[in-house]
Amino acid sequence: MGMTITEKILEAHTDKKDLKPGDIIKVSVDVALANDITAPIAIKEFEKGGFRSVFDPGKIIFVLDHFTPNKDIASAMQCKLVRDFARKYEIKNCFEGGAVGVEHALLPEKGLVLPGDLVIGADSHTCTYGGLGAFATGVGSTDLAAVMITGQTWLKVPETMKFIFGGILQPWVGGKDLILYLIGDIGVDGGLYKALEIGGPAIEALDVSGRLTMANMAIEAGAKAGIIAADSITEAYVKPRAVRPYTLYASDGNAVYTTLREYDCANIEPQVACPHLPENTKGISEVGEIMLDQVVIGSCTNGRIEDLRIAAVVMQGKKVANGLRCIILPATPAIFLEAEHEGLIKIFLESGAIIGPPTCGPCLGGHMGILAEGERALSTTNRNFVGRMGHPKSEVYLAGPAVAAASAITGKISSPTEVIQ
Amino acid sequence: MILRGRAFVFGNDIDTDAIIPARYLNTSDPEELKQYCMVDVDPSFPFRVKRGDIIIAGKNFGCGSSREHAPIAIKASGVCCVIAGSFARIFFRNSFNMGLPVFESAEAASSIKEGDMVEVDTDRGIIREITTGKEFKARPIPPFMQELIADGGLMEHIKKHGSM
Repeated sequence: MGMTITEKILEAHTDKKDLKPGDIIKVSVDVALANDITAPIAIKEFEKGGFRSVFDPGKIIFVLDHFTPNKDIASAMQCKLVRDFARKYEIKNCFEGGAVGVEHALLPEKGLVLPGDLVIGADSHTCTYGGLGAFATGVGSTDLAAVMITGQTWLKVPETMKFIFGGILQPWVGGKDLILYLIGDIGVDGGLYKALEIGGPAIEALDVSGRLTMANMAIEAGAKAGIIAADSITEAYVKPRAVRPYTLYASDGNAVYTTLREYDCANIEPQVACPHLPENTKGISEVGEIMLDQVVIGSCTNGRIEDLRIAAVVMQGKKVANGLRCIILPATPAIFLEAEHEGLIKIFLESGAIIGPPTCGPCLGGHMGILAEGERALSTTNRNFVGRMGHPKSEVYLAGPAVAAASAITGKISSPTEVIQ
Repeated sequence: MILRGRAFVFGNDIDTDAIIPARYLNTSDPEELKQYCMVDVDPSFPFRVKRGDIIIAGKNFGCGSSREHAPIAIKASGVCCVIAGSFARIFFRNSFNMGLPVFESAEAASSIKEGDMVEVDTDRGIIREITTGKEFKARPIPPFMQELIADGGLMEHIKKHGSM
């Protein structure tokens, strides 16, 4: 029987052979990741259990990106706890201060996660690395503590759903629009417990940034992982960065899928997910007139240089609408620096946007852009749940960077074609 | 073990931001977290919930973030178990690791009403609506997860076996 990429990666990380969906397996982990919200609980569990060593300090990564720069004393205490633990156990990859970036943008950029890896992260968007052809999934803090101790975790081999995107992308359509379209099709639990394998000609032509965006939101369909086969585009990205060897996997021609869905990109216009679920998607032409108080461009979903370039093209020489706050957060220091070199930061500042440091901050209503009662935002982030970015009576719409930038200029949800010819 | 409590009924796709909003995640102290449990869906929940009460919800309960603060907040607020049509996978794992019993039954979730008294036989996986006497069978817990429960949770399992 043929195997999927997911099954092949899992098999390479366990003693069991001939894996099939539903099998419970114990797997060795290549990278164990946590952040300033999830690591403290993992560390407390570790210490409560009286454990004295971690399995491999080189395979543990902490990224203090959520409530940093520390938003209050309690957040500062959480970061201190993680920092002290990292020093004690010689965990070198503890990113904070000027080294910190949004974790799922930072790790691929640093070559710390690679094709064929098995990555376990105490953060639900760990599934992002599926965009590089890794098997990556989110867990809670106690599961992560167990990985820090043993180097292993247990998993149920997931069934795989296959999605094929054919045709050529329409103008202003990117990875975000494709994944929103997919989630709109199958729903927020349409991929529950499953691996979503995404491919087809349009994906083969998509850059790594767009692929990471797509895999990032697999969790928004309830999936365990999103995965895109690594190819020459992946290798061109990974090769100069990789800190160790890696393996490219492809699914067999006779691999077994529970579902096969095909989409024609000719029919996919820029997408917007309306409150309060990522599945409430509409094409931009169907959204209607929705006035906005805030636009956020950033996050692990759409805070990479490619996203900022698109936003800059739309915003160049134009002003952010009166009364609207446009917050742009380059996802990592390297992205920020590159945006500066390319003149994008100047374009944003001249347009009246606010530039913030790399942080998850506003995406989860943490800090640096919280919504008041009755306010409405459009964001390039990944969740629009009730209260996600602030007051429980605020609203969040999700879109890609092109729609976000255009909306910042007009003050209402807009297609880029409304501001640029 | 027999659990018995009053039902608080919620809808579909209750996400972890609803269970415990991220703005309160600058702590992991259960006593603090329980003050904000479910507030964005029902601001009165932390004041009305009593020890032993049961949360009933529709499909995909606990979707969204991986935050373990969600089952911590539910458990600390006194809720003895959650019965839902289905659970998001990270929340499902976290609940076991936190010692919060969770039961999957779409029939129970759609039949039980707010305020009903509900009884759960955790060993047999039987959910009973006391007022009507209706019984529902919860989906069985996978054998490996039962082993974890028998060992007293994931961390105890590791201590006992020296490995995963």
